[in-house]
Amino acid sequence: MTAPSPTALLVLGCPQVPVQTSIAFYLISRLKKAGIMPVVAGNKAANTLIVVSDPDRHYLGEVIDLDRVVGLITEKKRDFSLCFVFVHNDAGVSYAATMGAISTAKLYALVYGEHYDEQVRKIEFPCTVIAAKAVHNPLPLKKAIDEVAPWAA
Amino acid sequence: MGCVESMNYEIVLRDATFKESRDYIKAHFKENIDVPPGFKIFDIHVIGLPPIAIGLDGDFVIFPYTKPCHGTFLLRVEDPVEAARLRALKK
Repeated sequence: MTAPSPTALLVLGCPQVPVQTSIAFYLISRLKKAGIMPVVAGNKAANTLIVVSDPDRHYLGEVIDLDRVVGLITEKKRDFSLCFVFVHNDAGVSYAATMGAISTAKLYALVYGEHYDEQVRKIEFPCTVIAAKAVHNPLPLKKAIDEVAPWAA
Repeated sequence: MGCVESMNYEIVLRDATFKESRDYIKAHFKENIDVPPGFKIFDIHVIGLPPIAIGLDGDFVIFPYTKPCHGTFLLRVEDPVEAARLRALKK
């Protein structure tokens, strides 16, 4: 019997910072190549942006409502091997802390935006912080992710 | 907002940080309890850094509600049954 494939939950934040969608697709691509099944969770706006960007589902697999996945994990009906939380505001830090408390997944906080350092200072719970000043240009955050290579851990 | 929209709620704080929300409850509601992230209040799993403070004021429950784009709202909802359930957790 083979072991189930590892899974990764990508928790999207508010889509107002442009790099989120491109970094989400980059991460999905790297995870899939490593044999890790990605699941995307966000609010309606964040999920719609990502679904419309990949109409033939070349990259995307399951996309789920953020509140729903929080409920499923809390009620022990679902969990993931890895969890990546996109953080560019205080709400993002709150979601990352919540995932750290309710899920057994290895937690990564992807921190970006103009004032990314302010959010990094709020993260005092166990997780791997991957941070870069990235707003319109995703390359600084991509580089920071590549240095950690969470798909290979 | 799912079931929040169907509630008769009052917004105590809007677009707050999580810390502002917790500090407000501790400062303004002598009766309060701490719950873990994901704890269910009404039909909502609360989001935040543990411990999450919930205020109780008679039949009113005061709790944080976090949205990715708008930060944390502190909502005040009258519900004697939920207030009693939360009050019982302190014992």
